Amino acid sequence: MLSKSKIFLRGTTDVLPHMLSVIPFGIITGAIGVEFGFDPLLVYATSLIIFGGASQIIFMQLLSGGASSLVAITSVGVINSRHLLYGAVLSEYLEKLSFFKKLFISYFIVDQGFAESNKYLKKNNSQTNLHYHVLGGGITLWFFWQISTISGIILGSFIPEELGLKFAIPLTFLAIIVNDLRKLDHVFVMVVSGFASLILFDAPFKSYIILSPIVALIFAFIMLRFKR
Amino acid sequence: MTWFSILVSGIVTYFSRMAMIALIDREMLGTKVKEVLNYVPAAVFPAIIFPGIFFNDFGSFVESTDPKIYGATIALIVGFFSKNVIATIVSGLLSYWFIIFAI
Repeated sequence: MLSKSKIFLRGTTDVLPHMLSVIPFGIITGAIGVEFGFDPLLVYATSLIIFGGASQIIFMQLLSGGASSLVAITSVGVINSRHLLYGAVLSEYLEKLSFFKKLFISYFIVDQGFAESNKYLKKNNSQTNLHYHVLGGGITLWFFWQISTISGIILGSFIPEELGLKFAIPLTFLAIIVNDLRKLDHVFVMVVSGFASLILFDAPFKSYIILSPIVALIFAFIMLRFKR
Repeated sequence: MTWFSILVSGIVTYFSRMAMIALIDREMLGTKVKEVLNYVPAAVFPAIIFPGIFFNDFGSFVESTDPKIYGATIALIVGFFSKNVIATIVSGLLSYWFIIFAI
């Protein structure tokens, strides 16, 4: 039987390899926010309050491009709806926790932490105190995310505009989905979403950012029906 | 207004994390919904990637010889084979800068 601190530490070490991508992504997020002309405090607040890299970048990009708050908020919701899936998977292991512990632990559910904890929990499902793994990974990721966005905010004020750092946005998101490029069904959904975004780009209030994923998800739904 | 948007976005995001853990019985999310949620990254991110490559700052299509297209193509190839996040971003940025500054 592993002690709580050992499980926590295991969560921490399990997410460490992800820092190779989390830290640059955090730096880009902070730097881009400054480049978009937002107040440094405001850029940092997105890391603390929203705490979800992709959605933070999109949020700032949309608002700086003149999108309405409603579109920006809805996009954040669409992008982060994937957490519902993570929660549904993890809830099996967190069932016995008190309501307040559940509320606390939820704040730390992120992509990389979920991936690692999911692996660990499946393997060790007879253990107790498994939620310490989720906490260990989540808090570690949280900490490095805060530090790296702050570094990005500081660096961002020195990066000249000629470098075209904005191009780092599509590249960063490309890097996020690179693992799915070998799954043909996912590639189909990507192509549909991509072309939909080009066609719908001029839709009012920058709503292409919400409409394109919806079109792609409807496509995915239909595709799933035919797969059976 | 921006602060308000951040706050609401934060609440929405927190809700997406907390709902299935603390509020809703996970059985409520049917297998079908879960299967579709699997595709959320594939459905969301290309809508950010494509316009970021194919449109310029003024919202019109870039030329087919735009440095962004070359940079993205190289990043895509490097990403596909390396499956490495940093290699993807760095190769794309470096080739983009190479075309802008060296050619």
